[in-house]
Amino acid sequence: MQLFLSQVINGVGNGVVFATVALALVLIFRTTRVLNFAQGEMALFSAYISWKLTTFDLPVWVAIGISMAIAFVAGAVIERTLIRPMEGHSPLNVVIITLGLFLGLNALVQLIFGTDPQSMPSPFPKGSVSFIADTRVQKVTIGLMVVLLVECAALWLLLNRTTLGLKLRAVASNPDSARLHGIRAGSMLMFGWAISAAIGALAGSLVASERAALDASLMQVVLVYALAAAALGGFDSIWGAVVSGLVVGVADALTIQYVDALDGIEVVLPLGLILVVLVVMPNGLFGKRTVERV
Amino acid sequence: MASDRSGAAVEPAVAGEAPATVARVRPSPWPEVPRPVRVARIVIGVVLAVAALYAPLYFEPDVNRLLSQAIYIAIAAMGLNLLTGFNGQVSIGHGAFFGVGAFTSAILIVDHGWTFEATIPVSAALTGVLGLLVGIPALRVRGLYLALVTLGLAVLFPRITQKYVDGTGGVPLLRPSRREFASLIEGLDDDQWAYYLCLAIMALLFVLAWNLVRGRVGRAMIAVRDQELAATTVGVNLAATKVGTFAVSAAYAGVAGSLSVMVDKLADGTNPILYFQRSIEFLVAMVIGGTATILGPAVGALVLVLLRHNTQDLIEGKEILAPALFGAALIVIVFVLPEGLVGGVRRLLLRLGQRTSARGRAPTAP
Repeated sequence: MQLFLSQVINGVGNGVVFATVALALVLIFRTTRVLNFAQGEMALFSAYISWKLTTFDLPVWVAIGISMAIAFVAGAVIERTLIRPMEGHSPLNVVIITLGLFLGLNALVQLIFGTDPQSMPSPFPKGSVSFIADTRVQKVTIGLMVVLLVECAALWLLLNRTTLGLKLRAVASNPDSARLHGIRAGSMLMFGWAISAAIGALAGSLVASERAALDASLMQVVLVYALAAAALGGFDSIWGAVVSGLVVGVADALTIQYVDALDGIEVVLPLGLILVVLVVMPNGLFGKRTVERV
Repeated sequence: MASDRSGAAVEPAVAGEAPATVARVRPSPWPEVPRPVRVARIVIGVVLAVAALYAPLYFEPDVNRLLSQAIYIAIAAMGLNLLTGFNGQVSIGHGAFFGVGAFTSAILIVDHGWTFEATIPVSAALTGVLGLLVGIPALRVRGLYLALVTLGLAVLFPRITQKYVDGTGGVPLLRPSRREFASLIEGLDDDQWAYYLCLAIMALLFVLAWNLVRGRVGRAMIAVRDQELAATTVGVNLAATKVGTFAVSAAYAGVAGSLSVMVDKLADGTNPILYFQRSIEFLVAMVIGGTATILGPAVGALVLVLLRHNTQDLIEGKEILAPALFGAALIVIVFVLPEGLVGGVRRLLLRLGQRTSARGRAPTAP
């Protein structure tokens, strides 16, 4: 029982990380209907910026804040210069561009910051607190949880309780009608990418501080799990992304512990999950059903 | 998507552009091809064929190996082109099929004593069946989501080899001995033999692909790509077309994987993202050369291999510059030359053709 519980807690710890990245993916998808394969590498780049800033003796939170601000601008620039011109072209073009970004950013990180693994200081206190039945929870996990919840609440408020959020959603659901209502669709799409990049920066920095080392391959596996979480959550729902991230994390931890047949190939789990969800329930657990018109 | 369709419908209305559009959709000589284009085609074809046949006799073994690599990448890229370019199904998982082909050949040679040449059909059949199996769920998922699922394949594959393939020292790395690939023709060195074998298989597969896309099947593939629903209303069997294309496409990648064992003398499962990188390479080759063209994958593969080879030592032994350039190239090509190098040249020739035919001949009814 205790083993089970501690594995669940472990899983939640990873799940929080998956959820934050999934959140960024979902946000871009919600606002622009683009699946951003470069999300992980954008987050990686931002994580490196945070790390670089901490080496100048800046406090971790300040470093992360600055990095988020930079990512916010960069996200808007990427949308405006690379993604927008592809509006109305086949989805293959956008896939190719985000994959190009993926390759380019990953290489750029190594060119600028070098290939040696670095260690990123953690913004959370070290140690652990005891939890029911003699299990212990890392303070980092609790910290990540809190950040995630705050992030979600803020996003939910933004999207559902402000005029800006209403405009964002209007553009996402139908850019043409939104334009007819006088909403500047272009600015909204840029804004969507900008917030998503900023959230990605936060996620990347936190992942980097949670993992032992920061190197160029940090986000690649995380991205697969985050995509699984986003798929399970229906690509469309903020809370869906969070719950699914946690589910994927816990399921992963339990598979590692209890299913020997998948030893070494645990990544089957998120992939199987993506496949099953997309085939059986294309809208995910929390997504809205859509009707396709010709 | 919606605006994409309307865009395609509007395009032919622009008078000057119409032939280019037709040629892009149907890379075939049905419509009246202007004479300079026909001549250029024949000249280019002959020059390329002579160059391809003479190259291994002229170059050193190192270069021949590089060219052979370009050939197997071209074959895989052609497979991807059939699926993505002509049928509109996005895959970034072809590295996995490539890997299955490579390990099929390597395992049959190392553990079961097969001759290399006999393993190629086995790879093709196995990856074809695998493509069929992946193609079936792919019927339910489209566009970006399909890219997502196939991405998973590429990420998963190296882990499966790590678990199930036992090379020397427990590492998933198989190195068939050099003797397995010895030249079967008197007077040809091993590297030249490898090159000619790759070239022959590529020629076969490219002619096959060319015939496939020009015929009934190809029209069905393209119709499904351009307007799925409309295609079904005129009697195209959607499921059979999509799944069939997936299988053929995967088999191409599998054959390419087999050939890579001969060229590189190894099947490698140690690098967890190698087969994802392969997938991207095929995509890069296809996009640079020209999506939905026949020569495109070959041109793109050649550019890719040369670019990679010439940049890899620029920064102290790190192969960072090549991926950076590929990333930039992908983005630039999508913007500047969406039909790739081959598509660009073709458009240029067509334009020249129109100009001369408009000047030289009295207008005739098409």
